[in-house]
Amino acid sequence: MWNRIYAIFQARNREFLRDRASLSWNLILPIALMFGLSFAFSNDRDAYTVGILQSAEEIMVDDHPFLETQYINFVAYDDLDTAMRKVARHQLDLLVEFGDGARYWINPESPKGYFAEIALLQSESTVALNIEKQQISGDAVGYADWLLPGILGMNMMFSCLFGVGYVVVRYRKNGFLKRLRATPLTPIEFIAAQVASRMVLILMISTFIYTGTHLLLDTRMEGSYFTLFLIAIVGAISLVSLGLVVSARVTSEELAGGLLNLINWPMMMLSGVWFSLEGAPEAVRTAANVFPLTHILDAARAVMLDGATLADVSPALIALTIMSAIFLALGARIFRWGPM
Amino acid sequence: MPIALEARNIVKHYPGVIAVDDVSFSVREGICFGLLGPNGAGKTTTVEIIEGVTSATSGEVFYYGEIAGQRFKQEAGIQFQNTALQDYITVRETIEMFRTLYTRQANIDDIIEQCSLRDLLDRDNRKLSGGQRQRLLLAVALVNRPRLIFLDEPTTGLDPQARRNFWDLVQSIRAAGSTILLTTHYMDEAQVLCDEIAIMDSGKIMTQGSPEELLRKQYEGLIIELPISDLTGDLSGIEHTVYDNLGIIEVVTTDVSRSLQQLSPHVSDLNQIKIRQPNLEDLFLDLTGHTLRA
Repeated sequence: MWNRIYAIFQARNREFLRDRASLSWNLILPIALMFGLSFAFSNDRDAYTVGILQSAEEIMVDDHPFLETQYINFVAYDDLDTAMRKVARHQLDLLVEFGDGARYWINPESPKGYFAEIALLQSESTVALNIEKQQISGDAVGYADWLLPGILGMNMMFSCLFGVGYVVVRYRKNGFLKRLRATPLTPIEFIAAQVASRMVLILMISTFIYTGTHLLLDTRMEGSYFTLFLIAIVGAISLVSLGLVVSARVTSEELAGGLLNLINWPMMMLSGVWFSLEGAPEAVRTAANVFPLTHILDAARAVMLDGATLADVSPALIALTIMSAIFLALGARIFRWGPM
Repeated sequence: MPIALEARNIVKHYPGVIAVDDVSFSVREGICFGLLGPNGAGKTTTVEIIEGVTSATSGEVFYYGEIAGQRFKQEAGIQFQNTALQDYITVRETIEMFRTLYTRQANIDDIIEQCSLRDLLDRDNRKLSGGQRQRLLLAVALVNRPRLIFLDEPTTGLDPQARRNFWDLVQSIRAAGSTILLTTHYMDEAQVLCDEIAIMDSGKIMTQGSPEELLRKQYEGLIIELPISDLTGDLSGIEHTVYDNLGIIEVVTTDVSRSLQQLSPHVSDLNQIKIRQPNLEDLFLDLTGHTLRA
């Protein structure tokens, strides 16, 4: 039994690793996405932009205390109409003209304008507030830190679902599965080999992507690598198993692609690959729990960003294990070597 | 010789179609048994049911007297009509992978020699020619030292040299003691390789036996062939068959001299007359018809 599983496992690994185009795509795309998105959002996303109406190009900080405010980008404008249009479109949070007859323009529908206005008015206030100030130090969680688990999870999802689901359908369509069926190989041995092969490949690829981005972007890692590795293994098994369920009987690559996309897209949108679901309605957050990727990303982010321990992420690991068991049992039950 | 394989009352229904209709036959150990028939006759479905890769609506398959099961899977070698192999995998790796799936294992060097694959071992499966690919598929069918080998239309699409090369291979396998079940629609192939044949059409077996026995039963004597264009008179007094689509007339006779005497007044050019032994193609066409199948 183990010999047969290993033979299929080894052949599938060779097939994947020698397909240079697919391998390169699997490695380059996630890294390119990481760099691209990190660069695009590298500026302080919460910085305010305030226009200063003046004829001079250079803004003199000494002109007014407001101009010393941190985390505000001050931009000089000499044309009132242009600057007002930018305020109307929320491209400027506030427009101020200092000097005699000082005045400012604000769009009342702009949330950032509201806070920029408070900062402006506070800068002229002399009233001392009777509130104790305490400082907490710590590095900010950058977008790259937050994004890396998402990119790794997304790559894992595509690789597991398409790399297994699509390939099994192709094998079935071109008769390779029929050829295997004529041997003593059993469905469970074939499935075990596919799961193991994809798990090893995705762990290799994920390790490469993680190491590359971690070294180059200095991403945050607060927890244990062992726990993160465990999440990756359990997560990969659940996603591969899901791919096997989809491909268990399908004989058309087009249909398989459609079904896989039907799972991929909601999972990618609702599992928190690109943005957090913290502010989403309760029903959406509850629905997102049916996806393995939600548990993978929540657990990975908890380990990488907050230093969560194995015990902390064990509910996610248990959920993934239960999902894997259900998907594998269902996949083995409905699996067909050939067309119906 | 014991019966290696027996198919009993095999039936396969698809919606609106009876692909195999109560097919029974047996194959003695050590022979090459040919299952012949036109395209769509049900040969491949029958063989795939026997191989265990397609389920039958009803019927049973016995291997050395037992219901075909795990022992059959370990001891049978199969070459399908259309099998894709994995991309980016070499010939050697393909053979080794399939060999590992069996507990009965052939010596890998013997297979490589037998199938003349020595020079192709490191070649990617995708880069094999048709003949090379068929030799590899045969090698894959031999990895478990099979006692019974299924060859499903193994020479379809091969050039004449590759076909003859493949025939030599099959004969050497049979000489080594394996039983072979060959499906083909090439009658010359069946005539060269098969000890016994069964001819199928429309899901049924029309006839079965050794080629010599079947030809003897069907034809008494020789066949005289003459082109229709050389005919100058009426042949109504002579028993004959006209094949308009081939442009020939056939007369089956046990007395060639007498038949030639009867024919000569009605034929413009006697040099065009051919006299030959009936062959499997004649039998096949007589049983399955001369019209083109959809």
